Amino acid sequence: MSERLHIGTRKGLFEIARREGAWEIVDAHFLGDPVSAVLAEADGSVTAALDLGHFGSKLWRRDSEGVWREIAVPAFPPKPEDDADDPHPWSLVKIWALEPGGIAGRLWAGTMPGGLFRSDDGGASWALNEPLWLMPERRQWMGVAGGEEPGINSILVDPRNPADIRIGVSIAGLWASTDAGASWRIINHGMYNEYMPPEQSGDPIAQDIHRLAHCPAHPDIVWCQHHNGVFRSADGGASWHELTAIRPAKFGFAVAAHPRDPDTAWFVPATKDERRIPVDAKIVVARTRDGGRSFTALTRGLPQRHAYDLVWRHALAVDESGERLAFGSTSGGLWISEDGGDSWTMLDARLPPIAVVRFAPVPR
Amino acid sequence: MPTIIFTRQLERFLVAPCATVEGATLCEALVAVFASHPTLRGYVLDDQGALRRHVAVYINGRPARDRARLGDPVGPDDEIHVFQALSGG
Repeated sequence: MSERLHIGTRKGLFEIARREGAWEIVDAHFLGDPVSAVLAEADGSVTAALDLGHFGSKLWRRDSEGVWREIAVPAFPPKPEDDADDPHPWSLVKIWALEPGGIAGRLWAGTMPGGLFRSDDGGASWALNEPLWLMPERRQWMGVAGGEEPGINSILVDPRNPADIRIGVSIAGLWASTDAGASWRIINHGMYNEYMPPEQSGDPIAQDIHRLAHCPAHPDIVWCQHHNGVFRSADGGASWHELTAIRPAKFGFAVAAHPRDPDTAWFVPATKDERRIPVDAKIVVARTRDGGRSFTALTRGLPQRHAYDLVWRHALAVDESGERLAFGSTSGGLWISEDGGDSWTMLDARLPPIAVVRFAPVPR
Repeated sequence: MPTIIFTRQLERFLVAPCATVEGATLCEALVAVFASHPTLRGYVLDDQGALRRHVAVYINGRPARDRARLGDPVGPDDEIHVFQALSGG
């Protein structure tokens, strides 16, 4: 089981470690700077994306010796003169997703305004995935509140084949590549939205995917927290059915999938969608153990009165065991479970607003 | 030769010393600095080479006008200040 958590917040990166049975903050980095993504790898390295308000997005990496260094940041190529009608900037706005590529040295970075970048040298250099960025359909991608640009929020790399990749986009549906990014197609069917004219409700590209998570042991099982509900796919994200049993609400941002059990996943529902606070001001984690046919509202150890915490899409995590979970809130609360979500303990700290919660893999 | 002075806020992240450089335009002066401090470029300019939205540049006390192409002329006695704009919060 993982003994360490990395918490990316509006004001720095915090490391939480389990010592003698209790979790505590053991280190803080980049105090004062917004952290938009973090990735801890099995070799002990940590990569953090900073979203500096004035000076742009930056990437820092801590090697296994514990030294932080600024590394190359993804950058867009010069915008062609004849591309003036592109509605989105050719300039990095924010790094929103960082994932290992399943090959030594390979990393994927998902960004606003919708560029996907790949590094094959551990982040020393990055290249824009041009097949995705240059396809005509990309101009139909829509921006999201808070960012105003489309954002790639989820990158699923198939553990069986690192060339098999799926990305989730706010707002542009789910795109799949089976050739390591050389070509892409939109594949999601069965989702619907309530924020577009009725004739576009089922249009795959008009789907606001808040977050995707697949079951690592059964990667064809994919869960989605969507703007308008919770969905599950059993065919790698091609066809989806809504999980209407979720309680207490179908709105939310985050989802975590069990590492081995294809029928277990966790969500953190909230009042949709204009208010974005917990239902009845009670923080609840919704867990299914039967593929979404039913959900249990988990509340033990979670605030059940006057709680106005929202949990962002990257702020819920499960470790490799499936027993340890953690989530962080917009109010800076952090809760950890060691029994699959049955009970939770709040970290004794008042953290800045939390954007990212991630377990460090068990060192190998 | 014009002198460029960078906000000390940048010192949290990297070395950005005051520099006197060759250059007849803002672009040329900045390029001269970036030649010896390449990481600094991405802190001041966006991916397309324009001034970052929340970076402010003043030439002898006047805001730079050509924020996209940095074509403002600079003279040998000019002072260029690079600040973080208050618009960035």
